Formats: sequence, C-alpha cells, structure tokens
Amino acid sequence: MSKYLVNLKINNMPVAVEEGTTILEAAKRLNFRIPTLCNHPDLTVAGNCRVCVVEVKGARLLAASCATPVSEGMEVFTNSEKVRKARKHIVELLLSEHNADCTKCFKNGHCELQELASEYRIGDHVFLDLVTPESMIQDISSPSIVKDDSKCIRCQRCVRTCAELQGVSALAVVNKGDHQKISTFLNKPLHEVVCTNCGQCINRCPTGALTERNYIEEVWNAIYDPSKFVVVQTAPATRIALGEDLGIPVGERVTGKMVSALKKLGFNKVLDTDFTADLTIMEEGTELLTRLKKALVDKDEKTVLPMMTSCSPGWIKFQEHMYSDMLDNLSTCKSPQQMFGAVAKTYYADKINIKAQDMIVVSIMPCVAKKFECERPEMRDSGYQDVDYVLTTRELAMMIKQAGIDFHKLDEDHYDSILGESSGAAVIFGATGGVMEAALRTAYEIVTGREVPFTNLNIQPVRGMEGIKDATIKIKNVKPEWSFLEGVDLHVAIAHGLANARQLMEKVRRGEAVYHFIEVMGCPGGCLGGGGQPIPTSPEIRKKRAEAIYSEDEDMPIRKSHENPEVLEIYKEFLGEPLSHKSHDLLHTHYKPRKRY
Amino acid sequence: MSTTEALVKELVEKNGRTRNSLMPVLQGIVQQEHFLSEEALICVAKELDLSAADVYGTASFYTFLDTVPRGKNIIRVCKTITCHMKGKDEVIKAISNALKIKVGETTHDNKFTLLSANCLGWCHKGPVMLINDEVFPELTPQKALEIVEEYAKK
Ligand code: SF4
Ligand code: SF4
Ligand code: SF4
Ligand code: FES
Ligand code: FES
Repeated sequence: MSKYLVNLKINNMPVAVEEGTTILEAAKRLNFRIPTLCNHPDLTVAGNCRVCVVEVKGARLLAASCATPVSEGMEVFTNSEKVRKARKHIVELLLSEHNADCTKCFKNGHCELQELASEYRIGDHVFLDLVTPESMIQDISSPSIVKDDSKCIRCQRCVRTCAELQGVSALAVVNKGDHQKISTFLNKPLHEVVCTNCGQCINRCPTGALTERNYIEEVWNAIYDPSKFVVVQTAPATRIALGEDLGIPVGERVTGKMVSALKKLGFNKVLDTDFTADLTIMEEGTELLTRLKKALVDKDEKTVLPMMTSCSPGWIKFQEHMYSDMLDNLSTCKSPQQMFGAVAKTYYADKINIKAQDMIVVSIMPCVAKKFECERPEMRDSGYQDVDYVLTTRELAMMIKQAGIDFHKLDEDHYDSILGESSGAAVIFGATGGVMEAALRTAYEIVTGREVPFTNLNIQPVRGMEGIKDATIKIKNVKPEWSFLEGVDLHVAIAHGLANARQLMEKVRRGEAVYHFIEVMGCPGGCLGGGGQPIPTSPEIRKKRAEAIYSEDEDMPIRKSHENPEVLEIYKEFLGEPLSHKSHDLLHTHYKPRKRY
Repeated sequence: MSTTEALVKELVEKNGRTRNSLMPVLQGIVQQEHFLSEEALICVAKELDLSAADVYGTASFYTFLDTVPRGKNIIRVCKTITCHMKGKDEVIKAISNALKIKVGETTHDNKFTLLSANCLGWCHKGPVMLINDEVFPELTPQKALEIVEEYAKK
C-alpha cells in the first residue's frame, strides 16, 4: 500500500514526505539537523526533553519535532529566533539540575548533553543551580554498570531500552516532580534486581548517568607490573567496531590494526577469543548431537530440548531470573571468553612456562555483561579467577588514545600463536545467527561427512536482523554412526535482544513451536550491537557492522571451526575429545536460579 | 498463601489482569493493609505480569499509595498556602503533641500516622485534614484533637 504524500516547507524549502513522518525526519531529508536528547532511532517516541522544538507557522506553541507528524501545507522553522532562544533555555534548564563536572565525567567528550551545551555556548548560570546532595547518588553495586543519578536528565531512553528492547524493565521512572528519578524496584542496588547487565541502556544514555564500570587503570597497572605476564583476548565483534571510536567509518574492519595497537600497548601476548569460539563450536556442536541422541534414541527423560546457546552472559542472567525452570535447556558450555580464561591459565600457561598465578588475562569485549561474568564464582576452574579484567571496545579505544597511538597509521599485525588461530565460523559469533551458522557448519559435516548445503557455506536463512528467525535443515545421507538422524528435519530458531528472547521462550513454553536448537544473543543484532560497543548505535550502524563481520568470514582461509589447526591440537595434546572429562572440568559450567522480581 | 497474596489475588480477580487494573489493585491493598509492602508489590507484579520496578514506579508517583508501613489511621493535614495562612501549623502542633509523633511518624501502637498533604481542594474551609477517607474542614487545634480522640476510641 503506497502511503499518501504530504507537502510542507521547512525553512522555506519544499519537501514531500510520507504521511506519518515526523517533522524531525522530514528535516533530516533536507539535511537540517535538529538536536535531540530523548529521541532515539531504536526506541518509541517520548517527547519529554523538548530540545527538538521547532516553530510551526500559525501555532501558538513551539512543537517537539520528534513527536509531531507533518501535515499538508505546514511551514516549519528549525532555527528562528524563538526556536533558538527556547532551545538554549531548555538546555540551560537541564543543566541547572545537572552535576556538570565534565572534566571528571567518564562521558567527557562523548556526551550528547555536553555537545549541546557546547554548541549553544551555555555560559553563566541563568537559572538557579538545583543540584542537591540527595541527587548525588552513585550506584556502583554492579560489576558492569555505574549509575550516577546526578548526571541524569530523565530522558527515559534507558527505561524504554530496558522495556522495549530487552523486556526486562529493571529501570522505571519513580516519584514525581522534582523528586522524579530513574530507579529500580524499591530503589535497590542494581546488582540486587533483575538487571541482566546487558548494558543496552548505557549505549543509549545521552549523558554520563549510565556508564560501564571501567577497569582501564587496573589493566595499565597489570601491564606495568614486571612480575605479571599479561595476555589479552579480543572478541569477534570488537574488530569490526573499534575503528568507530578512533575516527574510522562505521563498518570498516580493523582486525590487523587492533592487534598492532594491543602489542604497542604492552600486552605480552595478543590472542583471540575467536580461537575459543571455535572450541565452543566443537563442544556445543557435540553436546547438541549427544542431546539429540539421548532425547530421540535413548528417550532419556532428563535430556531436554531445545538446547539453547550460552555464550551471552546477559542472556544467561536473564534466563536465571525469568525462566529459571528452563535452565536445563541451556548448553553447559561456557562462553568463549571464559573458555579462553580457563584454557589460558592451564594448557597455555604450561606450554609457555608461566605460572598461572603470574598470568593476567584481559578481555576486550563488545559487552558489559562479561564484566559480571568473569567475576562469577563458577568461573575459577583454573584455580584462579580465569579472566581477570574485561574492557569494552570503548575502553580499549580510550587506552589507544591515552597511549598516543595514531590508529590510522598502524600497520596490520597478526595474532600471536597459540590461541590466536581462528576460523570464519568464529568471527560470525559476533552477529545474530552466527553461532547457529557456525554450529551447523560443523555439526552437519560431522553427521553427514559433507559441507552444509549452502552456497559458499553461507547459511542465509539464519542471517539478518529480524527479531526472531527460524529455519529447518534437512539432514540426509548421514554416516552410519548417525543413522538416527537420517531424514530428520532439524528445527532451529534465533533471537536477539531480550524482548525477542522472551517472546521466543513464551512460544517454546506454550509448546507452540518445537525446536531442537535455539540461539539467543542478549543484545540487538548480537554482540556487534553489544552494550560495550562504540556509541551511537542504530539499525543502520548495526547493519553495517554485520556486513563487516560476514565479509571478514568470507576472507578467512578457514571457514569451519573443526578445521582450526590449533583447536585440533588442543584436543590432541590436552583435552582429548569434545565433552571429555577435562573439557567438562574447564569448559563447561552450570547455572543457578535467581530472584524473579 | 499469605494474607497479602490472597488479597492481591482477590483484587486481581475482581479488577482484571490488564495493566489498567494496576491502580484499583494498588488502592485495594492500601485500603486493607494501609501501605504497599515489598511482598504486596511483588504479588501485583506477578499477577499482572509486570516488572516489579514498573509497579513500584507507579506506586511511587501517588502520595496516597504509600510504600512504607503506616498506622491504622492516616491523618493528613493540608500544608498548602491557604491552609497554611489559616493556621495549619497550630493544628499539626496540637496533634503532634497529643500523639507524641512528628509529621511522617507512626504511633507505637500503630494506630496513627501523621502526614502533611498538598491542597485537598477545601481551601475555602481551611485548615483541613483528612483521616483515612474522611475530610474535616474548619479546624481549630481543639477541634482537631477531639476528632483524633474519636478515632482513638474506634
Ligand atoms: S554527563 Fe555530559 S554534561 Fe554531564 S558532566 Fe558528564 S560529560 Fe558533562
Ligand atoms: S543493563 Fe540491560 S537489563 Fe540492566 S537496566 Fe540496562 S538495559 Fe536493563
Ligand atoms: S539514565 Fe541516561 S538514559 Fe536514563 S533517563 Fe537518565 S539520562 Fe536518560
Ligand atoms: S528529542 Fe524531541 S522531545 Fe526530546
Ligand atoms: S490549601 Fe488546604 S485545601 Fe487547599
């Protein structure tokens, strides 16, 4: 159905846009930028900050352009005297309630409010300073997130993020009037409520009110400590986004430059989480096949299907809170980050003759939930905390800047070996559907001896940004030992963003859909849209990052996890085989039910 | 099942399970239990399939939906300008002295909580106070004490 076109003028320039378009979007078509704070391309319209006001000819009041649809014959002015004055006053009012100590703020230089204040050259206090001691509350209870109410402008992007994208609603608007604030159930600390630590709210907070717990100083200290051997691992999705924080366009791959930079920062070894992503596929693929056999052939009542992926710690915590009756569905595989830590401080430490207690494992992650994950008591199978510090992609960019490295001019370098080799299947872990695709590339081949029947190994049906995807793979002409899978239709489903995950879980629980294997990533788009990735984020940005991931995959000489030579070697030398006793000790874990409310 | 749980279930039965019934359910609980306990808020969240933060957010918006324990009788003296000019301070002082509690406190026997309130819409007959749902206009300290004594006997 084609929509009706509406003609209007913005700053005297005519434009025709579809009915229902907001003034803000229409102005964007004409390249007029209107500042916004509460508006966000991923979220519903709130219209509460008012910085986007414009003048509409004939209207008595200024209109919030993000919340006002165009109408026929409308004449809009985005920068009239009235608009400019009002906008400046609005920013001044926001700042009168704001603890604007920018130089000490983690968001300094990346803050939308600061940018507006700077654009409008906000100088003296025009309004009374209303920052009160009661508003100076910082919640540092979570290992992932810092919430600083004195920096909050109550735009409610976080509230909408947590509700609309994540289906969690750990944050809500509480109280009213000058007491209004963003808070949790009964104002409890974040770590005591149902927050999953996904960090999606951080990605959308325009100010320093929600930021990651940063561990930059701790990591520098480790690097400078001569008694420590510091190894760093980088998650798949970091290499396609790090550039964004260092002046490189969205969607450009910076894998080699990132490795170079990490070496220059002084890490003793630069290794790859992609290696353990491949290892994850070996373990998880085998676990899936074993579960299928137990459930379909042995009719074992304790084996539950569908099996669900477990790489995303935000998703895991979500499941522990919301669907604690379904914890047995989760794969017992640790996430690649944690497999890496466990293997680094055992197998790898032995190989390079370093004592585990002298080794520090640092992760560069697109994620803030990983900060929480590495501190889980279950994640100490090496006898030490397996992963010591987790930095976000953003924190790494900050370290690179601090070190005075000109990222543009860096040469490309290669990961160190061992624990540095990986496949294309590992890289795509960073995109929604990627773990599924990687697992299918391996499992299908184990069972049939042939490659997955998709052109160039690209399993298109599991790719893309649809909230919930499903696909069916027919398994034919299997090897004799897998005869029970002959002719079986393998049903798989994929969800990204926890609101979608919730929908999928409800469907599974109601028995409306029968799946064998489900992939869930806590963040919209998968890790590429993770809570630790460069800000801003939007559907277009995530699409470009996904394209970068899939082209990285196509350029890899090895495309399948089970062909990674270092993975084959670790099985030969150390682990034995997938799901071996040793694998269970180091690479697998269990989950615990948490409070539902 | 605890009494709170039973109460919430009963209120939800009566008012329905949609978000629209959140207010009547919360009001119903306050009527019975005088405040919204953590347990009550969680029960409501569970029954209406809302997040606990959401339920708390709504409750915290309304002055009359308390989330801290309150006495059996809640006295709210209007503190807004007209009642202020007509002597609400003396009224509060008298009640406060008689019950030995300050504004915001509850008596030891849990019989009374003394609070202040914003304009109750009775400005022309100020000062006024509200005890539970009942309005008492044109107060003097003496009159206020007599009314409170009546409630003490109930
Ligand atoms: S939130 Fe932004 S404006 Fe506020 S102190 Fe931090 S950088 Fe400055
Ligand atoms: S981290 Fe995720 S779950 Fe926690 S408050 Fe933010 S958006 Fe909600
Ligand atoms: S915490 Fe950030 S996103 Fe949430 S309301 Fe405050 S400023 Fe907006
Ligand atoms: S951006 Fe339009 S009101 Fe906030
Ligand atoms: S000022 Fe007290 S009732 Fe209006």
